[in-house]
Amino acid sequence: MIELPPGIILILGAFLVPFLRGNVRNAYMLALPLIGIWSLMTVTEGAHFAIGIFGYALSPVRIDSLSLLFGYIFHIAAIISIIYAFHIKDAVQQMAGLIYAGSAIGGAFAGDLISLFVYWEGTAIASVFLIWSSKTENSYRAGMRYLIIQVGSGVLLLAGAIIHFKQTGSIAFDKLGLTGLGPTLIFIAFGIKAAFPLLHNWLTDSYPEATITGTVFLSAFTTKLAIYALARGFPGTEMLIWIGALMTAFPIFYAVIENDLRKVLAYSINVQLGFMVVGVGIGTELALNGTAAHAFAHILYKGLLFMCMGAVLFRTNTIKGSELGGLYKTMPLTTVFCIIGALSSAAFPLFSGFISKSLIISASAHEGHWIVWATLLFASAAVLYHSGIKIPYFAFFAHDSGKRPEEAPKNMLIAMGTAAFLCVAIGVFPGWLYEILPYNVDYVPYTTTHVVTQIQLLVFSALAFGWLTRTGLFPPHLKSTNLDFDWFYRRLTPKIIKQITIILVMLDGTVRKIFINSLNKLITSMFQHHGPEGLLARTSSVGGSVAVVVALLAILIIIFCTNL
Amino acid sequence: MARKNTDSKKYWLDNKKNVDKIWYSLVGICVISVLADFFYHKHVTHPIEDLIVGMYAWYSFIVCVFLVLSAKLLRKILMRSENYYNETNDD
Repeated sequence: MIELPPGIILILGAFLVPFLRGNVRNAYMLALPLIGIWSLMTVTEGAHFAIGIFGYALSPVRIDSLSLLFGYIFHIAAIISIIYAFHIKDAVQQMAGLIYAGSAIGGAFAGDLISLFVYWEGTAIASVFLIWSSKTENSYRAGMRYLIIQVGSGVLLLAGAIIHFKQTGSIAFDKLGLTGLGPTLIFIAFGIKAAFPLLHNWLTDSYPEATITGTVFLSAFTTKLAIYALARGFPGTEMLIWIGALMTAFPIFYAVIENDLRKVLAYSINVQLGFMVVGVGIGTELALNGTAAHAFAHILYKGLLFMCMGAVLFRTNTIKGSELGGLYKTMPLTTVFCIIGALSSAAFPLFSGFISKSLIISASAHEGHWIVWATLLFASAAVLYHSGIKIPYFAFFAHDSGKRPEEAPKNMLIAMGTAAFLCVAIGVFPGWLYEILPYNVDYVPYTTTHVVTQIQLLVFSALAFGWLTRTGLFPPHLKSTNLDFDWFYRRLTPKIIKQITIILVMLDGTVRKIFINSLNKLITSMFQHHGPEGLLARTSSVGGSVAVVVALLAILIIIFCTNL
Repeated sequence: MARKNTDSKKYWLDNKKNVDKIWYSLVGICVISVLADFFYHKHVTHPIEDLIVGMYAWYSFIVCVFLVLSAKLLRKILMRSENYYNETNDD
């Protein structure tokens, strides 16, 4: 039996942070997720803390194998991120990180849609402080856009939950399927957080603007909570297969030409989310196991890559590919950790991505989705271009930038080392991870066929890169902004609004002018007739008036006489 | 871990010949990985794998070249100055 709902200890514990100092504060922050994960290991499956409020049956804690898996990895990510941020003294960031992680953990255990909504918004509001803490104009604006989109996702979730309750009388968060307006709204809400195509820009917009340590937190929780929610609510929804396939392919093109290496990683997250979404869409036991396993492995290696890039940014004050290169000379350990992250991301045999991604690819082949299968293979081959060549090659090798920064601080090295160790451990001993997957695993990743074909895929991808570089065809890093879908709301919409405003102002001006002109005309004509010189305002003498009256009388008399 | 005067130090990778060595060993590994297809029984997922030796290798090479060249073309349409959104006053 557990004493507290999972995640709550991090959320409540965060409020004590400002009262502690130095190492005590660090130790305290580390203790919170350690206690959290320890208590998870002793829980029993089922519903806990069921309460009724205003006639709604809330079940804030529902524990089963799927929620436990996400609970574990969220705790591990929190532990690693906290160690990585040991050198930070800013209580705002520390509290935001803890509340954010706690909300994500809570969300993974929410048994009803209302509890999910509360945690959903919790992750949005807490995490924006990790972006704003950069304290730049860019981060402020990106954070605002992030917050509007994230809170908007929560509002859709709540609206969907209310409509769903009206129709079915239930707010339980189980398999929903696209069965009406309510679930559709919920689906879109999840889709925003999972960075579906065209809904993805908040991710690549805000993550590169967050603080060095903030991005490490961000990379772990928001999107993976959305993947969990999709896996819970919409397994086997065919549309997701196509959405996911699109996600695995398109961001890669952007990653190849992007200069900001943290933005490259943000695009890379989007690609990996695509794999997980495909898994949810296929919806078989093998595919859902694949999604869960890939989320677990992905949080570790993507966090590792963000930590390595963070260390580079911390030491060199830049993360632009055009200004980096040759850092392996003075940052050897960071280089090694980064290569481990890249190999895991590229799904090289003996690294974590290999044993998780292959579940999803195999599932797509088993179900005969050949176009999707070919797309996933393309994404697997091209992974080298965002997680291998951009990072680590251009940061640590390539042309020597002449920068000779110090090795990363000790706490960062420990955090990166831990993540790197786990990446290799999962790759070498996949049984550990397979054991905690939601369904029984009947899958052997290390077959000769699989190992050889995967190696072919990766070495020929590297060969293509080598050939393109040696012939000078590979595009160099250029300082630039590449237009993405956010152009529509950052450029086009403001422009349209500006144009509409200009037209409205013109119309307004014309209408006023016409009105004033006609008013002036009226005044002039009034003045003509009624002014001092006007005909109707002219004064005449009494004699004149008498003469007119006499004349009228005379006419009357004449008329009268002639009628007699 | 701070090192001073590392600029004068020559690293193994600074020598162009060693970079070539890496390149040719990569080519070697590529050849071996395709030849390996002849030496084991392949569990194919799609019939096309039986038709083409080293299907994954060719597929990978072609799509990667396509990816990079089309991304280069995309730059012509999508690339703007770093200051495009006019927000980078502070860095």
